[in-house]
Amino acid sequence: MAGTLAEKVWESHVVRRAEGEPDLLYIDLHLLHEVTSPQAFDGLRLAGRGVRRPDLTLATEDHNVPTTPGPITDPVSKVQVETLRRNCEEFGVKLYPMGDADQGIVHVVGPQLGLTQPGMTVVCGDSHTSTHGAFGALAFGIGTSEVEHVLATQTLPLKPFRTLAVNVRGQLSDGVTAKDIVLAVIAKIGTGGGQGYVIEYRGEAIEALSMEARMTVCNMSIEAGARAGMIAPDQTTFDYLEGRPHAPKGADWDAAVAEWTALRSDDDAVFDAEVDLDASELTPFVTWGTNPGQGLPLGESVPDPEAFADESDRLAAANALAYMGLEPGTPLRDIRVDTVFVGSCTNGRIEDLRAAAAVVKGHQVADGVRMLVVPGSAKVRLQAEAEGLDQVFTEAGAEWRLPGCSMCLGMNPDTLSPGERSASTSNRNFEGRQGKGGRTHLVSPLVAAATAVRGTLSSPADLPALETSTAREEA
Amino acid sequence: MEKFETHTGVGVPLRRSNVDTDQIIPAEYLKRVTRTGFEDGLFAAWRKDESFVLNNPSYAAGSVLVAGPDFGTGSSREHAVWALMNYGFRVVISSRFADIFRGNSGKQGLLTAIVRQDDVELIWKYLENHPGAEITVDLVSRTVHAGEIVAPFEIDDYTRWRLLEGLDDIGLTLRHEDAVSKFEETRPTHKPVTTLA
Repeated sequence: MAGTLAEKVWESHVVRRAEGEPDLLYIDLHLLHEVTSPQAFDGLRLAGRGVRRPDLTLATEDHNVPTTPGPITDPVSKVQVETLRRNCEEFGVKLYPMGDADQGIVHVVGPQLGLTQPGMTVVCGDSHTSTHGAFGALAFGIGTSEVEHVLATQTLPLKPFRTLAVNVRGQLSDGVTAKDIVLAVIAKIGTGGGQGYVIEYRGEAIEALSMEARMTVCNMSIEAGARAGMIAPDQTTFDYLEGRPHAPKGADWDAAVAEWTALRSDDDAVFDAEVDLDASELTPFVTWGTNPGQGLPLGESVPDPEAFADESDRLAAANALAYMGLEPGTPLRDIRVDTVFVGSCTNGRIEDLRAAAAVVKGHQVADGVRMLVVPGSAKVRLQAEAEGLDQVFTEAGAEWRLPGCSMCLGMNPDTLSPGERSASTSNRNFEGRQGKGGRTHLVSPLVAAATAVRGTLSSPADLPALETSTAREEA
Repeated sequence: MEKFETHTGVGVPLRRSNVDTDQIIPAEYLKRVTRTGFEDGLFAAWRKDESFVLNNPSYAAGSVLVAGPDFGTGSSREHAVWALMNYGFRVVISSRFADIFRGNSGKQGLLTAIVRQDDVELIWKYLENHPGAEITVDLVSRTVHAGEIVAPFEIDDYTRWRLLEGLDDIGLTLRHEDAVSKFEETRPTHKPVTTLA
């Protein structure tokens, strides 16, 4: 029978199926962090249960960790991190703590270690678990009760998802990235458009993306309401995985690749819904509102709420503009920011940092703008430093930080002040997401870097040519 | 988990769509390691605004939240469910819920009733015209009763059964532990483990 990629991965993990009940699905990899796990471990203790498969479980410290050197100063954050350490010790779970060479944001760490592989089921108490779908894994965020369930049983009872194909045809223009693709998809289908679906991203533009760019796309599936986003594995996937610490070796590698190669939607598979997008028509995309669906091409202006046909959209737009302090008709390029944040599980990987560094190189961060660059993991940080990217950023006037979730959600000291405005490579522009009263515009790393230089939302094409810096070097 | 059959309590009209979990409970409140005490964080930013619905004494003791479409989007934090329940909510009514939020609610015994948007509008008007009015949510007959209004709601059969019986998911799964062990024997050997030899 013809099937989609998502259906194939699902079917190969069904432990038990019974009429009128959800399928019981086996979980290949369970990732943990400090915020959504303490109550789950507590539940295990109360019920006298253990962790069924510590060897399929991995924890890292990311949400609360400071990105400047030194210990955690917030006592409540400290308790949460120490609780994770105690729980991992007690239940025998491998943990990468702050300062460890493999520590980092959970969704950067898994792929980087080669733990995320095609055809797997991956869960984590974190909605951006959808990131791992870039490898052709079925990966989705779960709540704390489900975390406890997976710890105790290595399974989850789940009702089948519907499938949504997002076909991205054509080729991206220069300066247009994976982030722009996914922001455009969310603007098109809305924050609820993917609800109940697993998205499969397909088409020429998706196949041309690197693994890191594919992770950016899948990462934000949840912002369209879809719990999971997937991309069929191909040579790009295999090349990324080969040689990573947890990737199969020798004969196992050959067996795995043979299996992974078959992991794609059949030509005659039927999706429950399909959406088409032409990559060649895309330009850099930014959000103007307070949900990730409220976005437009950078060349446009802040919309007039009255222009929305639907009453609930109209009200949402009016609320958003009031919160964001924006007037309808203002060109998006005229919006001045105070802070630029480059990082997060969406755009905190080495390619993202390279892209941002290439833009700021030779320029200076605009007066009155602070630019924070936060690598997604300790490995990314070391790699960036080996390539001299940290120098490029600090010479431009940006702050080079230690890895963690940081300003994406401001659980650590990196937050916006009330009324402060950011251009951020993260994933959510919700009210107060980056700090009470903070105003967030979601952007790609290229747009973030150009915005840091000009001080207003900008793309690299808006930057002046670098004659001045050449002149300086010659002088 | 407590059994849920029917609940009667003060209805709270929340005329907002896309109520994301960062609004339900901001990240700064997520640092506790218990399941209780999250009520202070519930709608923390909005509660600073005097005109916010829960600041109206008539609605302050609310236990049935009636919200716009796409309730519970964003982060997977179950703290959002705990915050609502710690505050005293037993039911949220909306025409559409985010998947993870709906799943989390079902595990904790918070009923998410999917009501058509036209009916949500009628219930909003009723609650605004009768501040502090009680409404009844009957899981057995799957209906919401607000004054003269009787609105049907949707909920999947399995979650409904679990709520009615007050059953713990993990206990249910552990009845099938043999099937899990059997499945594990068939897993390909190339699948990774988190501990390197």
